[in-house]
Amino acid sequence: MFVGAIFFPLLGATISGFLGRWIGDRAAQWVSVTCMVLAALCGILAFLEVALGGHHTVVPLVTWMDVGGLEVSWALRYDTLSVVMVAMVTFISTLIHLYSVGYMSHDATPARFFAYLSLFTFMMLMLVTADNLAQLFFGWEGVGLASYLLIGYWYDRDSANRAAMKAFIVNRVGDVCFMLGLALVFYVFGSIEFETIFAAIPQHAEDRFGGVRAMELIGFLLFLGACGKSAQLGLHTWLPDAMEGPTPVSALIHAATMVTAGVFLVCRMSPIFEVAPTALGFVCFLGATTALFAATIGCVQNDIKRVIAYSTCSQLGYMFFAAGVGAYQVAMFHLFTHAFFKALLFLAAGSVIHAMSDEQDIRRMGGIWKKIPITYAVFWIGSLALAGVPFFAGYYSKDAIIEAAFAAHSGVGTYAFLCGILAAFLTAFYSWRLILLTFHGEPRADHHTMEHVHESPWVMLIPLLVLATGAIVTGAIFAPLFIGEHEHGFWRGAIVNGPHNHVLHAMHEVPSWVPVLPTIIGLSGIALAFLMYVFVPSLPHRLAERFHGPYHFLLNKWYFDELYDRIFVQPAQRLATVLWKTGDAKIIDGLPNGAARLAAGVSRGAVGLQTGRVANYAFAMIIGLVVLVTLFLFRA
Amino acid sequence: MNAAGFPLLSLITFLPLVGALIIMSVRGNAEVVARNARWTALWTSLLVFLLSLLLWFGFDRSSADFQFEENVPWLPEYGVGYHMGVDGISVLFVLLSTALTPICVLASWEAIATRVREYMIAFLILETMMVGMFAALDFIVFYVFFEAVLIPMFLIIGIWGGPRRVYAAFKFFLYTLLGSVLMLLAILYIWYHAGTTDIPTLFDTAIPRAAQGWIFFAFLASFAVKVPMWPVHTWLPDAHVEAPTAGSVILAGVLLKMGAYGFLRFSLPLLPEASAEFAPLIFALSVIAVVYTSLVALAQEDMKKLIAYSSVAHMGIVTIGIFTFNAQGLSGALFTMLAHGVVSGALFLCVGVVYDRVHSREIARYGGVANIMPAYGLVFLFFTMASVGLPGLANFVGEFLVIVGAWKVNPWLALGAASGMVLGALYMLYLYRRVAFGKVTKPDLRALLDLSPREYAVFAPLILLTLWMGVYPQSFLEFFEATVANLVARHEAAVALSRLAGVQ
Repeated sequence: MFVGAIFFPLLGATISGFLGRWIGDRAAQWVSVTCMVLAALCGILAFLEVALGGHHTVVPLVTWMDVGGLEVSWALRYDTLSVVMVAMVTFISTLIHLYSVGYMSHDATPARFFAYLSLFTFMMLMLVTADNLAQLFFGWEGVGLASYLLIGYWYDRDSANRAAMKAFIVNRVGDVCFMLGLALVFYVFGSIEFETIFAAIPQHAEDRFGGVRAMELIGFLLFLGACGKSAQLGLHTWLPDAMEGPTPVSALIHAATMVTAGVFLVCRMSPIFEVAPTALGFVCFLGATTALFAATIGCVQNDIKRVIAYSTCSQLGYMFFAAGVGAYQVAMFHLFTHAFFKALLFLAAGSVIHAMSDEQDIRRMGGIWKKIPITYAVFWIGSLALAGVPFFAGYYSKDAIIEAAFAAHSGVGTYAFLCGILAAFLTAFYSWRLILLTFHGEPRADHHTMEHVHESPWVMLIPLLVLATGAIVTGAIFAPLFIGEHEHGFWRGAIVNGPHNHVLHAMHEVPSWVPVLPTIIGLSGIALAFLMYVFVPSLPHRLAERFHGPYHFLLNKWYFDELYDRIFVQPAQRLATVLWKTGDAKIIDGLPNGAARLAAGVSRGAVGLQTGRVANYAFAMIIGLVVLVTLFLFRA
Repeated sequence: MNAAGFPLLSLITFLPLVGALIIMSVRGNAEVVARNARWTALWTSLLVFLLSLLLWFGFDRSSADFQFEENVPWLPEYGVGYHMGVDGISVLFVLLSTALTPICVLASWEAIATRVREYMIAFLILETMMVGMFAALDFIVFYVFFEAVLIPMFLIIGIWGGPRRVYAAFKFFLYTLLGSVLMLLAILYIWYHAGTTDIPTLFDTAIPRAAQGWIFFAFLASFAVKVPMWPVHTWLPDAHVEAPTAGSVILAGVLLKMGAYGFLRFSLPLLPEASAEFAPLIFALSVIAVVYTSLVALAQEDMKKLIAYSSVAHMGIVTIGIFTFNAQGLSGALFTMLAHGVVSGALFLCVGVVYDRVHSREIARYGGVANIMPAYGLVFLFFTMASVGLPGLANFVGEFLVIVGAWKVNPWLALGAASGMVLGALYMLYLYRRVAFGKVTKPDLRALLDLSPREYAVFAPLILLTLWMGVYPQSFLEFFEATVANLVARHEAAVALSRLAGVQ
């Protein structure tokens, strides 16, 4: 069961990837779906046993490497933290597999697609069940690889290739920090196994490295690694471009795998972060900033998937600042509920795109809600959950985050609280802007497209309905376990809160206006969207004209891509050419080539002396003789 | 006599020469000769490989001593003997050499059409020299093999190479020879000082501190060129570009390891204080190599040149690892050398596959190859990812250990080594994108055939090896664990001793 949950996806990937050509596309698809179903069953069973039954285990597989005290094994660690992820990932991924059967039915190489999808899931599972940092890094890079393959799945498109490469490279920047953090962990603890590290924290809590507390430095480096995967401000630029992949991939990246890895890492390393208050404060600050930053961009984007992508970025910010105030459980809870409604939103968006003959620009949609009622309904459910409207899943987790930030009573906590409130307003606004522009109003697509608008097949709708149910109920069901009164018995030490960290307790005792505020804010955001896009439809345009500068600033995503292009990409290219053409070809090769030319020149000169005329030789001899005699005479 | 009961190492070393003699004696028309030469070379190299597997099974992993030793007096009055043997450092390189040679013979099966007999002879001689170099335990014997490697390689580049082959061959030869002359001087000094050139004996001979400095630089001159380290690396891209595919494979796979092997075998144990003193210099050059050559690789328009520059960057990681003087760094360096031997060799084979079909190495000449040759696309991607250092594949383990080891020395050094992770991903993915991805815009590419059974046979062992090294590296790491531990202990003892002497 424990092994099956992880390795069934790998089996599916192998079969459909390598045997896909022989067994046919349909067989390959269903084999990988079956493997995923089996994995999900194992995952849920494991969840019941480990999380609810309380049996934490580690399944050792084999030694990976053992070099001078650095021991690394392949092992599967099953505690509540990992089993929550395993169950969630396998469950969501299974639904996405199923959905893809319908979505990719017109594709040329579905076997390849399913192989990548299953591989992606496998790598994420390896990541979450890792027993040490190196195996975690294996999964970490593995999801990087799989996302590279999936974003660039349609590799004859140049934009897809670019996006895939960008995702991989930007992630790699984070990975370098992760790797350095790992090296520092080994330097300080002499081990990278979680069990050993966590046990040794009290001895090493005050260790210093280069004048800085080692724990703080580890926290910073690992968090910077997490920023890459989880698309936090600065390293977020790959995420919106990742939309180049097929829509189920976006759902997988944004909901279950990949981006959640960073949050998971911070929660996994909670014992270290608990003794690294500065690093934790930075996590909180950057998370809060990202939550607000991404939400502002989401308000003006016109690509349906891009809007949802920025909302992911923003929600990840929420998770990070929750972790940053020490409420890791709340972060995990939001991660869990978010997985359901974000997968739902993406798959619903995919259903819309499918219906609109691959149109993604919401300016060319509208007036389709009657034609695709189920998609429309689940889109509403997803948005309600995302906006944190009461009694939907997002309400429980998002409210808890904002309360935790308030209850932290620290400088960054208050900053996060303010950012969170503002971002919640914007979230509600852009979600309904998206709904209204996509489904309502006059049809803006051409006649031909509108005729083809149709509801998706059942193989796509069933996953949507299951996820919609999840987006409604998971909050209410799991809140008591994740963050409520059963919290302690649920996590069983998988997440550590320091002795001075009472935020989980304090968040339940905030003033009564705090829990109400996000709801009011959210509803007013929805109201604003209705005002701007239903009652006064000319308003958005007027605003964009009036505030031309800010509008373009947001539309161009705060000019991050341009900035990076200016300060990293272009100089690197220029430097590369200079180093090659000048450094290598002129300077380094110039010396030996010059020496060779010199030698050739000298010898040519020497050859010139050999004229073959006796008179010349005699003359040279006489000169030599004269010089010799003169020297002798002067010395005497 | 030794664990095998017969002179195994000499047999492995000189058996290829027997094969070469057989090929020489073949008579008949050109086609018969070519066919016989190919098959003889293949069988000989396979036989050698099978023999060398005895080393794999017979090697005692728990011992740091030299094993399978053979010692025959040669010039006893001068302290020079024919001494062969392997320890944890060298045994896997012997295996790497014997494993890559049959693959190279197979890779040249159709690509080499002229003077096949001479080509195969050159390859077998090359194998003798490589194995001999790694197995030699006498400085003079080592030097002979070390230099003799140049000759067959010079011929392979100069005769079967590309259009600028003569320039490349001379550059390769002169660069490497110049460094070696200085090493010869150093060897003479050591012999004069110690009265012997037997390497295990030399390990127990302390070389005066004053002399260590210049000897270190004399060795450096020779080994740095071979590695190659920045700034004496420019012979490598030219040699790779002009060499035939199999020549590049051996060059990247084995010949580049000779320099690093030299550091491990001689500089570190013989000159501990000088090595420790000049380690920062090596670090600086290595970090420059990683960053500089990675950037240069990014700008390349020639596939082979790009991979050649990537080799320089990877070898920068190796030299960083060697001079960290700790178990992780040294093991990482050794592992990176092995992994790079396999992966980089395989990448050159990947280039060879399309070069054989299109006869161009220019990146712009390709595009969308993955559409036409899906199996090739997968193999190429596999090795691209391995080269990038994806965990689970060969290169990662080495890079990871080097970074961990480097951190113990200096975090900035670790950052320098780790920067290769980003830059490496950048140039390799950029290469792959331009060659394999995109639309097929060149109509003639549509006619390309996917991998042939022979090419599958060439890649299959390399793929398995890459996966094996990535998933279960322990079966390789355990070979050098004891030797590395011994090396580290001796180094620390020597440096501590000299520090003590300095205090008094």
